[in-house]
Amino acid sequence: MTMRGMDGSTAGAPLEGYNFAYLDEQTKRMIRRAILKAVAIPGHQVPFGGREMPLPYGWGTGGIQVTASVIGPDDVLKVIDQGSDDTTNAVNIRRFLARTTGVATTGRTAEATLIQTRHRIPERPLREDQILVYQVPIPEPLRFMEPREPETRRMHALADYGVMHVKLYEDIARCGRISTAYNYPVLVNGRYVMAPSPIPKFDNPKMDRMPALQLFGAGREKRIYAVPPHTEVKSLDFEDHPFEVQRWDACCALCGAGDSFLDEVVVDDRGGRMFVCSDSDHCRERRDAGHRGPEPEAVGQVQEI
Amino acid sequence: MTNETEQPLLRAVGVSHWYGGTLGCRDVDLDLHAGEVLGIVGESGSGKSTLLACLSARLRPAAGRVLYRTRHQGTVDIYGLGEAERRLLMRTDWGIVHQNPRDGLRLAVSAGGNVGERLMAVGARHYGRIRETARAWLERVEIDAGRIDDRPDTFSGGMQQRLQIARNLVTQPRLVFMDEPTGGLDVSVQARLLDLLRGLVADLGLAAVVVTHDLAVTRLLAHRLLVMRRGEVVESGLTDQVLDDPQHPYTQLLVSSVLQP
Repeated sequence: MTMRGMDGSTAGAPLEGYNFAYLDEQTKRMIRRAILKAVAIPGHQVPFGGREMPLPYGWGTGGIQVTASVIGPDDVLKVIDQGSDDTTNAVNIRRFLARTTGVATTGRTAEATLIQTRHRIPERPLREDQILVYQVPIPEPLRFMEPREPETRRMHALADYGVMHVKLYEDIARCGRISTAYNYPVLVNGRYVMAPSPIPKFDNPKMDRMPALQLFGAGREKRIYAVPPHTEVKSLDFEDHPFEVQRWDACCALCGAGDSFLDEVVVDDRGGRMFVCSDSDHCRERRDAGHRGPEPEAVGQVQEI
Repeated sequence: MTNETEQPLLRAVGVSHWYGGTLGCRDVDLDLHAGEVLGIVGESGSGKSTLLACLSARLRPAAGRVLYRTRHQGTVDIYGLGEAERRLLMRTDWGIVHQNPRDGLRLAVSAGGNVGERLMAVGARHYGRIRETARAWLERVEIDAGRIDDRPDTFSGGMQQRLQIARNLVTQPRLVFMDEPTGGLDVSVQARLLDLLRGLVADLGLAAVVVTHDLAVTRLLAHRLLVMRRGEVVESGLTDQVLDDPQHPYTQLLVSSVLQP
């Protein structure tokens, strides 16, 4: 089921007066060149001439420019914000791209050919014919240890990555375990250390050898990087403190999933709370297939939140 | 003695550097053998720090060469190496102790992380072992191992300087460059630091180049001495010889300027 025309967009007939997907063709070519270079050097940050978009920095301008450069009239677009298709950022970006391209949009991961995301990777495994575009606020994984940009570039060039482990060391020294929970640094193809954008580390294993192409766009810092299909992505760790993902004591209250990333939702002002799947499409898919959690009747209540 | 050890560890040939039209240092030749401590003295602005930066691969000299005898590859021109090799050399075989510990430490990282950084940079990936090594080195430089998780900006000046030394020595370098290691410390702390340095240099068989304007420091630490003035070496020799029987008028002035309490 595609949501052609949802959000009041003029699907099928893009807005008059704008080029397809808002950006002019020369800009798209420039961004595609940067993307090709990024794909050729997995994990390496490629500068590009970022354009002003009709959206503030920090709202996904990098991701939108990448999406606008790779989208075609036959694509089916899905936009996720925090796992959901219905949050402000996702609705805005989906409507913007639907209006300027007229492509079909969908909430279903399985039906999408192009997925722009903020903060999550869908639970459903992605395929080779899909592209995942990430919105990246801070592309430089070394930034917090080394504030000087020329120095971080040199460190990347020389694969001088000792300081990344100093950061993890500090975590363990302070908290007894690696407490970094999102934007967890990864080593791509055995060469470049990369910031996976603020996805939870729960999603890091999904990046490893993913069949879909992964593209990352940072609008403010004007950087594009990529992980080609089937590329090794390894989360940094220590031998005696191996990488591990978050676990929950609960399962999803709606669909009963015990293996998905859960959001904790406060449901009243008396301390009531429940855990539900962060990936709303995954949760709906499971409920449609007959799975039920401990509080299946809470669907409407949670969705309104 | 084998031919191997007769070769100097570090050799500078005609090292000169200018900052635009301003002279940094001119035509400096020196040899440093394994296990030897060389002091460089002179007043402020005499080119000591420029020379040290040239020797320690941080400032490419305008003219001249700096040769280093590596463990495995024979003698190399350090400015002829690729940057990756030079960095590896700087963090395995060499140590650099800065005058201001803030330049040599990561103040936002705990003491243990500071000591462990070099180990992690050369591939150590076992948290427990890194921490044990860091703890052992803190004790060795007389920092209470209980402070391993404290940040260095909570340390006193003397402790910061000792932490910097531990951070440099953890990979067991053969050569350490020190720029005013006792600068800004009060005399009793200076005395303990010098004592510590002397012990470490002797125990580990380190070679060191120590830049200082404090003649007492060189008397205690250095085997040989270079006296610099206006970017040039005006006198060199064994430390006691230079300090007790200075030949050059400038050295005589320098020696006679020291206050006697």
